[in-house]
Amino acid sequence: MMVTGVTKRISAIKFAHLSPDEIRKMSATKIITADTYDDDGFPIDMGLMDPHLGVIEPGLRCKTCGKKVDECPGHFGHIDLAMPVIHVGYVKDIKKLLQSTCRSCGRLLLTGEQAAEYRKQRDRMEELGADMLDASMVSKDAAKDASSRTSCPHCATVQLKITLDKPTTFREEGHKLTPKEIRERLERVPDEDLISLGMDPSVSRPEWMILTALPVPPVTVRPSITLESGDRSEDDVTHKLVDVLRINQRLRENRDAGAPQLIVEDLWELLQYHITTYFDNQTSGIPPARHRSGRPLKTLVQRLKGKEGRFRSNLSGKRVNFSARTVISPDPMLSVNEVGVPIAAARELTVPIRVTDRNLAIGKEMCSRGPAPPGEDYRPGVNYVIRTDGRRIKVTDKNAETIAEGIEPGYMIERHLMDGDIVLFNRQPSLHRMSIMAHEVRVMPYKTFRFNLCVCPPYNADFDGDEMNLHVLQSEEARAEAKVLMRVQEHILSPRFGGPVIGGIHDHITGAFLLTHRDSKFSREETLKILEKVNIPDVPESDVEVNGKLYWSGKRLFSMILPKNLHMTFKSSICSRCDPCKKEECEFDSFVVVRDGKLITGTIDEKAIGAFKGRILDKLSRDYGPDGARAFIDASTKMSIGAIMVRGFTTGIEDEDIPDQAKREIDDAMVQARMKVEEHISAYRRGELEQMPGRSIEETLEVEIMKVLGKARDTAGQIAGRHLGMENSAVIMARCGARGSMLNLSQMAGAIGQQAVRGERLSRGYWNRTLPHFEAGDLGSEARGFIENSYKSGLSPTEYFFHSMGGREGLVDTAVRTSRSGYMQRRLVNALEDLKVMQDGSVRNTAGTIIQFMYGEDGTDPTRSVQGDAVDVDDVILCVLGNKGEHIAKVQEKGVVSYGIQDRDLLETPEEPESEEESDFDMSGGEEG
Amino acid sequence: MVIRMAGEFNVLEHELVPEYHLLSEKEAEKVLKQLKLTKDQLPKTRITDPCIRTLDAIVGPVEEGMVVKIVRRSSTSGVSICYRLVVRG
Repeated sequence: MMVTGVTKRISAIKFAHLSPDEIRKMSATKIITADTYDDDGFPIDMGLMDPHLGVIEPGLRCKTCGKKVDECPGHFGHIDLAMPVIHVGYVKDIKKLLQSTCRSCGRLLLTGEQAAEYRKQRDRMEELGADMLDASMVSKDAAKDASSRTSCPHCATVQLKITLDKPTTFREEGHKLTPKEIRERLERVPDEDLISLGMDPSVSRPEWMILTALPVPPVTVRPSITLESGDRSEDDVTHKLVDVLRINQRLRENRDAGAPQLIVEDLWELLQYHITTYFDNQTSGIPPARHRSGRPLKTLVQRLKGKEGRFRSNLSGKRVNFSARTVISPDPMLSVNEVGVPIAAARELTVPIRVTDRNLAIGKEMCSRGPAPPGEDYRPGVNYVIRTDGRRIKVTDKNAETIAEGIEPGYMIERHLMDGDIVLFNRQPSLHRMSIMAHEVRVMPYKTFRFNLCVCPPYNADFDGDEMNLHVLQSEEARAEAKVLMRVQEHILSPRFGGPVIGGIHDHITGAFLLTHRDSKFSREETLKILEKVNIPDVPESDVEVNGKLYWSGKRLFSMILPKNLHMTFKSSICSRCDPCKKEECEFDSFVVVRDGKLITGTIDEKAIGAFKGRILDKLSRDYGPDGARAFIDASTKMSIGAIMVRGFTTGIEDEDIPDQAKREIDDAMVQARMKVEEHISAYRRGELEQMPGRSIEETLEVEIMKVLGKARDTAGQIAGRHLGMENSAVIMARCGARGSMLNLSQMAGAIGQQAVRGERLSRGYWNRTLPHFEAGDLGSEARGFIENSYKSGLSPTEYFFHSMGGREGLVDTAVRTSRSGYMQRRLVNALEDLKVMQDGSVRNTAGTIIQFMYGEDGTDPTRSVQGDAVDVDDVILCVLGNKGEHIAKVQEKGVVSYGIQDRDLLETPEEPESEEESDFDMSGGEEG
Repeated sequence: MVIRMAGEFNVLEHELVPEYHLLSEKEAEKVLKQLKLTKDQLPKTRITDPCIRTLDAIVGPVEEGMVVKIVRRSSTSGVSICYRLVVRG
């Protein structure tokens, strides 16, 4: 695969050690003084700020290359060390080398045959495509084998044990080895033995791991900053180098003056400390070097490592131009493909346009408007003009006209964003590919980004203050690519489970329910209001007549936005799974039948148009393509909004009102449950409780009690549920899947139920009791966190406390889970980011080695298959034969199809604490109250 | 092809362990040719892997550089076949 226009190509990168000779050779100057600037503020020659090392002040020229700031890359200097010093980064390798080579002759402590065998093994591994890590295991094994020898096979010298005193002191049977001695030993290791140890002697010699010369990085790497007071403030690395120079100087003087061995050794060790911390200021075993203020210095390793290090924050991720960030808000009238951009942002974000003969006039016109065109409605202006010679001219109100006149073909103009531009829109955390999608711009007044509510689920966005980022594409190729691959409509189906992630939420679903449930009908006026939203100019013939007045059924209206030849049969969310299913005759109108694009029976709700579950969305995006699906999503949600606005919809705590009679019934149920618990407890005390297999007697009691209390809550829910019918707004929302669940309702109207921590009844707090309100050892329901009240009736003080305990666990759980799953995701993505599906269907990494012989083992893209199959046979039969095909297709037996997903995405940030499901004791059986 | 050794547990008999087949030099070459791969591009398995050691005991010596065929049940495609290169472990 050749890329055109590339004149130089990197074929390989090799890492090796710098030899002292090389360090001196590449050095622009030797550094000898620890001083940086003289009294006049000029850099001192052969000091750390020597002008040979590069320029940081504008206007000056580099003494080495003669170039100016930004042109001069900077040049290395060097410090000649008075005594050799160990490089912390290599202590492990030095240890390995010392242990596996002879102390006198320097040979590898293996016989010639053994060494050759290891070399052969490694060659073999490389031939079989082993990665670096596996190959390095061989040399590690060789070193291990060698170091276990007690005498040299070549010169028979007895080997002494070498230990490492962290971080940089080596000892041989207790006797300290100086870096000088170590260096001498490493020098003796012959080249051919290094190969067996995994070193390439043609590029690195082991003695180079002991420093005799230290490279001094260019000033551009460690720029000093001038404070407003005129004082100079030096970089941390410069500070550290000053320390090194100072001690190096003292060491040299003392050594040359013949100072006592003790003093020289002390200074030597101090030099070792400074050089160690110069490389890594977080080396374990030594105190970090500190700034005068007490802040630890940020030296070389600290610059690179971790989240704030060079790699993760400057190379893997960068700050970019042509981007914007602001608060988001909803706009149901936009298409899912669009994004509303505030005028202020649109005037700042630009698209480069190349001026040609064809657009010259438009370009001139646009440019003459300047950077802030006046007038009521938004018209794009121009911020910059780039001439053919590459000069970039800023357009201002004053010079706009003159610049516009000078524009000719070949110029580039950077024009403001305008309607229809393709931009990328993103919300962090970007866990999906659907977290960054391409939208079409709609420039709008006010200051927020706006988008259609159906796009909330893929971004996992809400409008409680969320902010999002927008990036303007700068090249035609990028725009084309984004439009084809990244547009919102291309992402309606999720690659995770092959179902829709973009679809109706909340009011869309309630609205669709109200529109289509049973025989809902709308007067002429209402029908017009609804159809106006969807932009349908013609009113169809009315299909319902009551008392001489004409009405339009909701099903009729909904059918207008369905494709003409759509056939579908499925059960809606409100289906109560009766056995046997009455199908078309369903008394709850929950059996959806669509024939020839007409909704015949059934209610449209979450199962039809909801995000994650919408069956119609699923089918449309497979059969009618992204365009058809997008059109349907736009139309159906707008129609739903129209319907809900016409009918009106509200909910409040009154929705959970139940008659006094029911309240008494719930109280009775609670008393009974309490008594039953007491019975169990007394049976336990008498020792009459029958032990369950695999459980202790205490556990058996707990299980029994939990069973009783779980049932009690369900009973309360059922009693309350009897008085909460389908005319109740809260029930409508829960049943049609818009928001909330029947469990939530029964907790509001009936009873909250048992609170739990770690899946058990509450038991901690005081000795043998949860709160001082109870006797020690009380195992009764109230004493262990059962809440008999409902959210509506209000909690007693003890209940309130128990509820907080349960709630606390939920909060802690979510906090822990997000951080942990974030880290898991990071590691997973790091491992998978460079994998690619090749033309033959195999998954391979950049080295071309196979990861999977066939993508997903079946080579299937979930977004382009039907439940894993290439063709949905039932669907085809139904389309061809219509109703006649039903008995063959067995569509109805398939029942409610689920996508095999949980209602909630595990990658999403966990639900806000407002939902109580998390902390609840028993989730099973609670759904239907 | 599975032979129980006296008193020893055979991992290949475990229901969670997929089927292993040792390929002859010829078979391996054929497979590589079919997949248009070189040996170094295959996924690896260590010679110390319990499955490979068992295979070694049952069907004869397994050496570095040999290819094994692994047939496993797959939830997506029913049966999935993959090949692994035996490497030093």
